[in-house]
Amino acid sequence: MNPGDADRFVEAAAAYVHIPFCSAVCPYCDFAVVAGQDHVAPRYVGAVCAEVQAADPWRPLEAIFFGGGTPSNVDPALLGRIVEALVARHGITNGAELSLEANPEDFSIERASQLRQIGFNRVSFGAQSFDDTVLASLGRRHLAADIEDSVLAARKAGFDNVSVDLIYGTPGETDQSWGQSLRRAVTVAPDHISCYALTVERGTPLGRAVSAGAEAPDSDVQANRYETADRILTSNGFDRYEVSNWSKPGWECRYNLTVWAQGEFEAYGNGAHGFREGRRYRNVRRIDAYIQRVESGASPRAGHDTVTGWEAELDRLFVGLRRTVGVAEGPGTETFLASAEGKTLVDAGVLGVGDGRIRVTRPLLTDAVHRSLLALDGPIVKVDSDA
Amino acid sequence: MTDQARIRNFSIVAHIDHGKSTLADRLLEKTGAVSAREMREQLLDSMDLERERGITIKAQTVRLEYEANDGQTYVLNLIDTPGHVDFSYEVSRSLAACEGALLLVDAAQGVQAQTLANSYLAIAAGLEVIPAVNKIDLPAADPDRAAAELVGIIGGSPNDVLRMSAKTGDGVDDLLETLVKEVPPPKGELDAPLRALVFDSYFDAYRGVVCYVRVVDGHLESGDALRFMATNEVHDATEIGFLRPKAQAVPTLGPGEVGYLITGVKEIDRIKVGDTITSDRRPADQALPGYDEPKPMVYSGLFPTDGDDFEKLREALEKLRLNDASLAWDPETSKALGFGFRCGFLGLLHMEIVRERLEREYDLDLVATAPSVAYRVTMLDGDVKELRSPQDLPEPNDRRGISEPYVKAMILGPSEFVGPIMELATSRRAIVGNMNYLSPERVELDFEIPLAEVVFDFFDLLKSRTKGYASLDYEPAGYRESDLVKVDILLNGQPVDAFSSIVHRDNAEEYGKKMTGRLRNLIPRQLFDVPIQAAIGGRIISRETVRAKRKDVTAKCYGGDISRKKKLLQRQKEGKKRMKMVGSVEVPQEAFVAALQVEDE
Repeated sequence: MNPGDADRFVEAAAAYVHIPFCSAVCPYCDFAVVAGQDHVAPRYVGAVCAEVQAADPWRPLEAIFFGGGTPSNVDPALLGRIVEALVARHGITNGAELSLEANPEDFSIERASQLRQIGFNRVSFGAQSFDDTVLASLGRRHLAADIEDSVLAARKAGFDNVSVDLIYGTPGETDQSWGQSLRRAVTVAPDHISCYALTVERGTPLGRAVSAGAEAPDSDVQANRYETADRILTSNGFDRYEVSNWSKPGWECRYNLTVWAQGEFEAYGNGAHGFREGRRYRNVRRIDAYIQRVESGASPRAGHDTVTGWEAELDRLFVGLRRTVGVAEGPGTETFLASAEGKTLVDAGVLGVGDGRIRVTRPLLTDAVHRSLLALDGPIVKVDSDA
Repeated sequence: MTDQARIRNFSIVAHIDHGKSTLADRLLEKTGAVSAREMREQLLDSMDLERERGITIKAQTVRLEYEANDGQTYVLNLIDTPGHVDFSYEVSRSLAACEGALLLVDAAQGVQAQTLANSYLAIAAGLEVIPAVNKIDLPAADPDRAAAELVGIIGGSPNDVLRMSAKTGDGVDDLLETLVKEVPPPKGELDAPLRALVFDSYFDAYRGVVCYVRVVDGHLESGDALRFMATNEVHDATEIGFLRPKAQAVPTLGPGEVGYLITGVKEIDRIKVGDTITSDRRPADQALPGYDEPKPMVYSGLFPTDGDDFEKLREALEKLRLNDASLAWDPETSKALGFGFRCGFLGLLHMEIVRERLEREYDLDLVATAPSVAYRVTMLDGDVKELRSPQDLPEPNDRRGISEPYVKAMILGPSEFVGPIMELATSRRAIVGNMNYLSPERVELDFEIPLAEVVFDFFDLLKSRTKGYASLDYEPAGYRESDLVKVDILLNGQPVDAFSSIVHRDNAEEYGKKMTGRLRNLIPRQLFDVPIQAAIGGRIISRETVRAKRKDVTAKCYGGDISRKKKLLQRQKEGKKRMKMVGSVEVPQEAFVAALQVEDE
């Protein structure tokens, strides 16, 4: 996509809504999720609506993203109440993106139609793989065929913006099965594909298994898989616009674009993170604590970091450099390129400079770029309060 | 002042753990110098480290009074000797203060190389050597075999070998009688000008330097102006006295007597062990023979892990030097390790002890570079330079040759291991000399070997190839020209000074391969390929590559949790601060330590 289109999202307002309920928790997941708590959903949704209503008035939203958790597992009527509350509180722009995450295991045409009626126009499937063996070892409860059925259901219900998430580098996956997975993903003709490397997080069942000696994903293997993904997706008309995200031109996720352009986004729900008026803030992570706070009229915020002045400039680079378009030159890039670490990165071919922008030309080394950025002229992270 | 006829000066020559300290304790007890109640186990080894390792670093000395079976009371001066090869000069000075030496051998272990070396020193010094087998109470004791070995060294009849147990006290009375009978009394000249030997010294925070002296001729009087013949300095005898073992001031030390001397001198390096003290008013013509200045044999760079500890390290070294005149150092700057000191040591044990004391007593965390020996470089103009550090090696075009110190080494071990011992020695460039069977089971192998081959891991390899039975001792044997080269280790084309080493040309490739191989596993992957090369001058002799890291990215950003991500990266960044930059390559501190560590294969 062209840099101007990407950068304009710095002006955007977006919202993230966290729906923490899952039918089961996947062994690798370390998000703020719960299983077997579906009965809490109505009360939780009530709390989210209350949080929305208590928010400071804002400009109309350009993108709303329901993440989780598994939003598609919750009664669409409940999700509808949140959408209504958001529209009532902030309004939405004409043609706003309303996106939700869905699992392929129980995504029926009926469900899809209900979601369409509420106003959702984009669905992102947690497909993870088209290899049933890999799906089993990831602890997923669907088969490759279910993904194909779900995408079809979404299309039939009128979703014209469909995304598929894949995970690569799972032990047991082979170069061949990953290639096949990608080709089948392309075959279902989504508009957007995300590919994430399997990451071992501490405190998860996968983390404990690896500590106990189970095979861990290999970094070089994952690098190979990433390169395979980029090759196959690019040759099928998908452009990479962020480290882990590819889309057909024009079908980039606008909520994502807002986050990476350093645009503002509000966050609702437990463990959600937002950025508004120079503050990166986070909500309490536990559902019960979240509900209890909101119901008692207290703020669900767990803490925030103020990002202003020089820190905001470095923050712009921090988030913006995840994008293929990189960031426009500014005081931050000037300092960065003049620093020893910045020079090393340019020499090593990790950073590219040109057309008034700098870009990460080897996206798999983005964290190395980020660490070097953090060293520039003192810490960017400043914690004012913490729960 | 004691009549020389009733003085016996002797030392105990023994291997580590063969019971020297226990015997010393028993003698103190038997002669009433220390009551059993006061007896702290192994009273004579007072330094913690000595007690822990069971070795004597600083010699101590004690005056015992013993009423013999003939009804006479004799003064027995027990002069302790340091028990390790590194301190052979100190041993020789202690022996020079004696007329007799008790050669003490563990009944179970028999003669060890170190005992043998020191008994040769004692014999060479003209001492009466009294053989004794200790620890006869041990279940594994074989006193007859040990006695036969002793006879094999010093001659005589196995029946003349004393058998005792210092632990139970069995045979200690016999020993005392034998000392009185066999050790010759001193034969100093009463009226000659004063000549006294300084055989040890230590620093006392309140008294300054305390010298241990043996009067050979004449009298040492409190208040005298004394001339130290080697340093040519004059100091007053502020106080003299006996060690029983507590200091007891006396007005005079006569010929043959042993005691201490305090002059008010504060700096230990102004008093030289081996120096001769004479009277400034009536000086002797000739100093006592054998004075030498101990020179460092082994060098190593010591660097604080935390650069801020540089001053703390300097202060600690200065404090150690108060009591150890042989410790020498110069500041050294390493590109890789920062600021530190190039330290000279008498030998490997000395080096190890100093390092351990610095870390333990002064709470320092140190990185030590590989030990090197003092090479001598002959320049084109014939000038000879001594090399303390491989980095100082002049370019090949500026030098005519390099010579290296050799040692005369002696290995004593079970005869069944002759093969493996010879194999090890020859693989380390040793020139094999005599082979001497002490008994059918025990053999002494002599050879000359470059010190550089000994300092690294020779002793450990010897132990492992002989199941721990062989022992090693060595003494300097001069310098020899060798075909030596400097091997540099380059990271991404940049030489890393801390890894440079001087090795024999035949071993250069092996060394290069070993270092590059180790480093490949120790250096984390970087943004670019990092070649690790070993080179002699401009010629690369081995090469490894740390492949560029390919993936360093977190796929997801936690649903917009930018702050958490930053904190995670910040923590990773902190971790990187402990990296040292070599050019543009980040090398973890641990890699330096690990690469320089002697392998434990």
